[in-house]
Amino acid sequence: MFDETLITALLVGAIAASVPLMLAGIGELISERAGVLNVGLEGMMLMGAYGGFWVAIETGSVWLGFIGGAAAGALASLLMVFLCVRWGLDQIVVGIGILLGAEGLTSLLDAVTFADTRPRIGRPARVDIPGLSDIPVAGRAVFGEPYMVYVTLLVVAVAGWVLWKTPWGLAIRATGERPEAVDAAGVNVVAVRSLAVLSAGVLGGLGGAYLSLVSAGNFIPMMTGGRGFMAIVLAMLARGRPLLLAAGALLFGFATAGTTALQLFGVEVRPELVNSLPFAVVLAALVLFGRNEFLPSALALPYVRGER
Amino acid sequence: MKASDHVRTELADENADGRAGASDRKNGKTSGLSESSRTEKIRRAILLTILPLLAAILTGGLLILAFGENPFAFYGTIIDRGIVSSSGLQETLIRMAPLLLIAAGLIVAFSAGIWNLGGDGQFLFGASIVGGLAATVSDAMPRGLMLIFMLSMSAAVGAAWTIVPALMKARYGINEIITTLMMSAIGVNLASLSVKVWFLTGEQGLQIPRTRILDVSDRLPTLFGTRVHAGLVIGLVAVIALHLMMRHTTLGLRLNLLGANVKAARHAGLKVSKLIVVTFLLSGAFMGLAGGVEVLGVQGLVRAGFNPALGLVVVPLVFLARMNGWVTIAFVFLLSVLTIGGELATRQAGLPNDFGLLIVALVLIFMTIAEYFEARRVRGERTVWQTMSDRLLSRGRAGV
Repeated sequence: MFDETLITALLVGAIAASVPLMLAGIGELISERAGVLNVGLEGMMLMGAYGGFWVAIETGSVWLGFIGGAAAGALASLLMVFLCVRWGLDQIVVGIGILLGAEGLTSLLDAVTFADTRPRIGRPARVDIPGLSDIPVAGRAVFGEPYMVYVTLLVVAVAGWVLWKTPWGLAIRATGERPEAVDAAGVNVVAVRSLAVLSAGVLGGLGGAYLSLVSAGNFIPMMTGGRGFMAIVLAMLARGRPLLLAAGALLFGFATAGTTALQLFGVEVRPELVNSLPFAVVLAALVLFGRNEFLPSALALPYVRGER
Repeated sequence: MKASDHVRTELADENADGRAGASDRKNGKTSGLSESSRTEKIRRAILLTILPLLAAILTGGLLILAFGENPFAFYGTIIDRGIVSSSGLQETLIRMAPLLLIAAGLIVAFSAGIWNLGGDGQFLFGASIVGGLAATVSDAMPRGLMLIFMLSMSAAVGAAWTIVPALMKARYGINEIITTLMMSAIGVNLASLSVKVWFLTGEQGLQIPRTRILDVSDRLPTLFGTRVHAGLVIGLVAVIALHLMMRHTTLGLRLNLLGANVKAARHAGLKVSKLIVVTFLLSGAFMGLAGGVEVLGVQGLVRAGFNPALGLVVVPLVFLARMNGWVTIAFVFLLSVLTIGGELATRQAGLPNDFGLLIVALVLIFMTIAEYFEARRVRGERTVWQTMSDRLLSRGRAGV
């Protein structure tokens, strides 16, 4: 029953499904720690998915595509920087505005640019380490992934290091808890939050670009399918720990890949049940372990100097 | 402080019922002048609603122009289809029914400071139970009884789907944004599954599994010979009733206090956990009812995978309306006009249907920007534009 290609497929599938969640989730995590609830993450991912695909088609380079995706996500997050961080407008309203706007804009652009041709890009180049990639069962999954997977792991590690081991990270985390104290200490709250939101845009855009450039190979309107919200939830659960977030994203990835694997086994499981499973697991985990408050105390509160 | 400033702050108080307006209240409340308050109100309505709407229309128009279409024809179609033509106006009013009920569910939750973002799951359960049972139940009961029974069922099911987040919030203080989003994702899946498994009609050759269809004669009664069904009335009554409840009843006061400050509510002797559960159940009941009304009034059946995802768009509207029922009704009408008119306008212009979302997004964003300027004006701060125009003017005068 447990033939090794199946396990390999499960591992590879799980990693592929979790990468966009990891990228976008890390971005959201940074933004949340700085006190900005970025509800528009899904929209930033969509912008990244379209922008990345467009650049990749135009230039023929997947790497430039990823840069384009990051730029498109950052562009969407700039709106949040100006409206929510600088002017202190409501983060939920602006976030949903960004989401709806990105849905409308990317569908429109898709219809104008790709509707007639429906271009696709080929399978992504994978790392291939002779010997290591050929190790049975886990070799392909660990040593033979598309390059972006390793970049993602690097992002997770760097985010963890910056957030918890550097003065920048301290500034970010403190800004989410007591912005007035950070301000009094001479750190520019608006700058910290702006950079945090911008990094959410960049990483959300990268996550979206991964969907169109690697997972699907083309752009489909609304292709993010709620992953942005899943990333928001993961970021909230991870309590500022990028490693925890990566683990959570992997759990989601396994649940997703598990559906396909079970069908290959010939086990008839309702996809609706399997799709619900990760959410149910998260809920159960919350009841068991997550009873104390773990969101930054200044989350979603705009900071206006001299108020309160 | 000048007299006009008093009027302004008083009006700010009147309009800012929610916590969001707390910053406007710093100058304290003084008695207002009723005559000028009327013009103030009109001025605010223009500044906060009509100007942002115009700005959104203008920006959207430029975009349409950029894509080589005629913006006047586009907006003409929206207005013609959404308001002017009789059949279009009916569609708009029909679309308002579920949106109003969702708004009602959000008004309760947001006033009490509870983020029920799981509306889609609650809506779909309400819809599925009605889709699955209505046709069968209508064989056994007279129409009126069946309708009342099915509407209560949809409300009950919607409320039931909030029990897990409610208890998790009330008992352990677990953040409801997470739990309602999770439960909604599960609900969307399970509602679809319930149609496939429990409520399947068993007809052969169906592309998509669906429930048994409810005869048109058994659906919600229509109003005045139009196609607009009674759901609109239910929605309007719900929003207005909640608006009044939040302002004139003890329960409303308690929920508002809970929303303003949980600690204060606890010190005032309120049973906070109980109130949280009550809020969730009420909110979920309206969401479920929205689903029930949509099926009993429009669809008549539910297909597997049915998910209009109406919940999220209503969230910012209720927020911008500051949980005010009347303003919410106006905003929901506006959204319905844009959606119904936009469907036809985008099709005629050869643009994707989702383009309408972009217009809605522009309206939302310009409305928040207008709020920003208004809040600064009420606080007596000068905006960037005013400062700039002052400088330009004074420079001009100095030159003379």
